[in-house]
Amino acid sequence: MVQVERNSTLEVRTPEDVVKVRQEVRNRTAAVGFSLVDQTKFVTAASEIARNTIDHGGGGVAQIETINTAGRRGVRLIFQDQGPGIADIKLAMQDGYSTGGGLGMGMPGSKRLSNEFYVESTPGQGTRVTLVRWKSN
Amino acid sequence: MEEIPILKVGRCLLVSIQIDMHDRLAMALQDDLTRRLVETRARGVLIDISALDLVDSFIGRMLSNIAAMARVLDAHTVVVGMRPQVAITLVELGLTLTGIQTALDVDRGLALINRLIDAEGEDGAGGAQ
Repeated sequence: MVQVERNSTLEVRTPEDVVKVRQEVRNRTAAVGFSLVDQTKFVTAASEIARNTIDHGGGGVAQIETINTAGRRGVRLIFQDQGPGIADIKLAMQDGYSTGGGLGMGMPGSKRLSNEFYVESTPGQGTRVTLVRWKSN
Repeated sequence: MEEIPILKVGRCLLVSIQIDMHDRLAMALQDDLTRRLVETRARGVLIDISALDLVDSFIGRMLSNIAAMARVLDAHTVVVGMRPQVAITLVELGLTLTGIQTALDVDRGLALINRLIDAEGEDGAGGAQ
């Protein structure tokens, strides 16, 4: 059973909001005791998905949670938008696939930088992306 | 108005990114650098990212775009000072920073740019690689 120790929600609508998400994820991962490398990996993953929330989802919110289960602590990020959704999640997860003129690295790269990565999307209703990274022992 | 300063040092333009850039600021830097390259006829661009604690795909693409535009304008781009944790993350993210040369610090970066310019001759070598 995953317990949420701390939870905050940030708006993700402007490029400045993406910077705020990065800073909050940096602070949370540092507080949990992530190594500098692991902090940087998860902050980078958060930056990619926050940008997707704006560019593809038309903006949304990011929920940033400090969590624990069975003696492990970690940080969970939930990005939610009410945009057009992702028609083909499998395709979106392929390296180099992009509909937005980007490099197509955001989704697959963020998955590699996380321990757990879930995408739920309903075309026409929006997308929810969940990322978890645990503190390594 | 936020702005990242661009300094002319010898035959080079020097940029040190000291803040967590949002995407619009990164785009503005790309445009400013291109304009200054034409104005100053500089032959090199040195970008110091030692203060950056993250390079994501957008910033990575900006760096690649700058290098590509500089090449078209007959200038070499060298990125210096990447932190180890940023380098590790970049590789795992899958970014290759196409067309970008790197050096450990500003001194070595300037030396590299000067060698590259000297190898081409003072007037430039057009499309030579």
